[in-house]
Amino acid sequence: MLEVKSVTRMFGQKAAVDRASFRIDGPAFVGIIGRSGAGKSTFLRMMNRLVDASSGEILVDGCNVLALKGREARAWQSQCAMIFQQFNLVPRMDVASNVLHGILNRRSTLQTMFNHWPRADILRALEILDRLGIAEQAPKRAEALSGGQQQRVAIARALMQDPRIILADEPIASLDPMNAQVVMDTLKRINVEDGRMVIANLHTLDTARRYCDRVIGMRDGRIVFDGTPDQLSTGVARDIYGADASFNESATSTAIPADAAADKDWAAQMLA
Amino acid sequence: MVDIAFGPEPEKRPDPAQPSDAYLELTRRRRMYGGILMVIFVALMVSGFQLAQSRNAGDFLSGLPMLMAFPAEVLSEAWANRAEMPALVLRFLPSLIETINIAAVATLLGAIAAMTMSLLATRGLARWPRAIPVFRRLMDGLRAIPEIVIALVLIFILGGGPVPAVIAIALHTGGALGKLFSEVAENADLKPVEGLTSVGATWGQRMWLGVIPQVAPNWLSYTLLRFEINVRASAILGFVGEGGIGHDLKIALQWGQGRYDEVVVIFLLLLLTITFIDRISDRARERLVKGRRP
Repeated sequence: MLEVKSVTRMFGQKAAVDRASFRIDGPAFVGIIGRSGAGKSTFLRMMNRLVDASSGEILVDGCNVLALKGREARAWQSQCAMIFQQFNLVPRMDVASNVLHGILNRRSTLQTMFNHWPRADILRALEILDRLGIAEQAPKRAEALSGGQQQRVAIARALMQDPRIILADEPIASLDPMNAQVVMDTLKRINVEDGRMVIANLHTLDTARRYCDRVIGMRDGRIVFDGTPDQLSTGVARDIYGADASFNESATSTAIPADAAADKDWAAQMLA
Repeated sequence: MVDIAFGPEPEKRPDPAQPSDAYLELTRRRRMYGGILMVIFVALMVSGFQLAQSRNAGDFLSGLPMLMAFPAEVLSEAWANRAEMPALVLRFLPSLIETINIAAVATLLGAIAAMTMSLLATRGLARWPRAIPVFRRLMDGLRAIPEIVIALVLIFILGGGPVPAVIAIALHTGGALGKLFSEVAENADLKPVEGLTSVGATWGQRMWLGVIPQVAPNWLSYTLLRFEINVRASAILGFVGEGGIGHDLKIALQWGQGRYDEVVVIFLLLLLTITFIDRISDRARERLVKGRRP
């Protein structure tokens, strides 16, 4: 379904993404991990055509989306939704309008200027908001919502596009652990229930292990790891992040600990 | 005021171990530079004034007492005919409305042109980034030509009347507002625009939904300010044959004695109009920028 063939993006002399190639068959949940500046964001932006690639091809059902121009490129963008770290909603507009922006590609500029949306589409937007559990927020301004709610509005906008692929660029990086879990659960649900492919840049390994069917590791623009979450051992993670033996992922983990080791230690100490 | 730091004997050097001495020295030096600049400024002013005086037809000092003579004459005549003033106000009201209409239509057209031009000339937002200098220079050009010049040229082509005035003021407004609008748009947050790009929105949709809601309060505030300026501009254009209250003012002034009451009424009407617009725009701007008061 999706085939990436040696995609490269140069910024000056430096390659942000260097001959990245992989293939995804079927609607998988794919996580891309790597440290800051590894080229994860640039790659997703190239897929959504926010950034042009320097060379290479991305084939979706045999069509090279990197070669599309103008109207066709915008049509591709409407099939390939993007979710951003900072939500990128229109803050002064209400939540339902922000969701309706998902179908802008089908609307003319004139219809947009007169704020004319078909009734069926408005009802669908409200339905999507209801599915994500924020229907009661529909008339509020987007800026009045909390970060987690705003990110769910952004996901609703993505669903409004009825996309084949959802790209998520660090969707939980600016959220607290509770909201992060809600957002990731939502993305997983869309992946499983709707059968849409999700490609997410993640910066916590435990999230990648928990939600992804497949993990791709990037370092300095190259793909250095491509496998299942089980194969993502601490040793591999050290290689991906270019860290030494002092690297300890639990030090920065945002997962709420499920084990009771600390409690046991405390009990032993008190009993002694 | 001037504190001379040089003299027959070399002064004691500031001791770096004593920071307060060094600071006092610094203050003294600053004061001296300030004094020298002041002397140069006064000398330039005096010599410039003398040059202007020598080229002047009359004499400034002997003409000075006459400065108040004309207004005094105008006001005393107006005062003598004060009973007719309400009738004059009614007589000039239609031409005042014409002047305001010219200004309003010109401001509206100029603002619409400025919206498009400013977005096309803003880095990061432009539809064709390579054409940014073209639109910038276009706005510079529109701003550089005074309204009255455009109006005079258009009167030759189209004849007198409100249409040339509207075109002349709208062109100038487009250039002036375009620059201000572009500066506001430069500071707009690009995140919503990026979000809209990612769903496949056209440039027009991105600007309309992503940029304009952010910049609208500031843009409207600049437009209201411009409307006030344009009422004055529209009155001035009446002098060169565009109709409106400026035309009446010109006739009344040319007539000289006997019509000074009309001059006073026209000035009063203009003053009131501009004060009124200023009050309205002040309130509207406050509401737009700070939000509606509960």
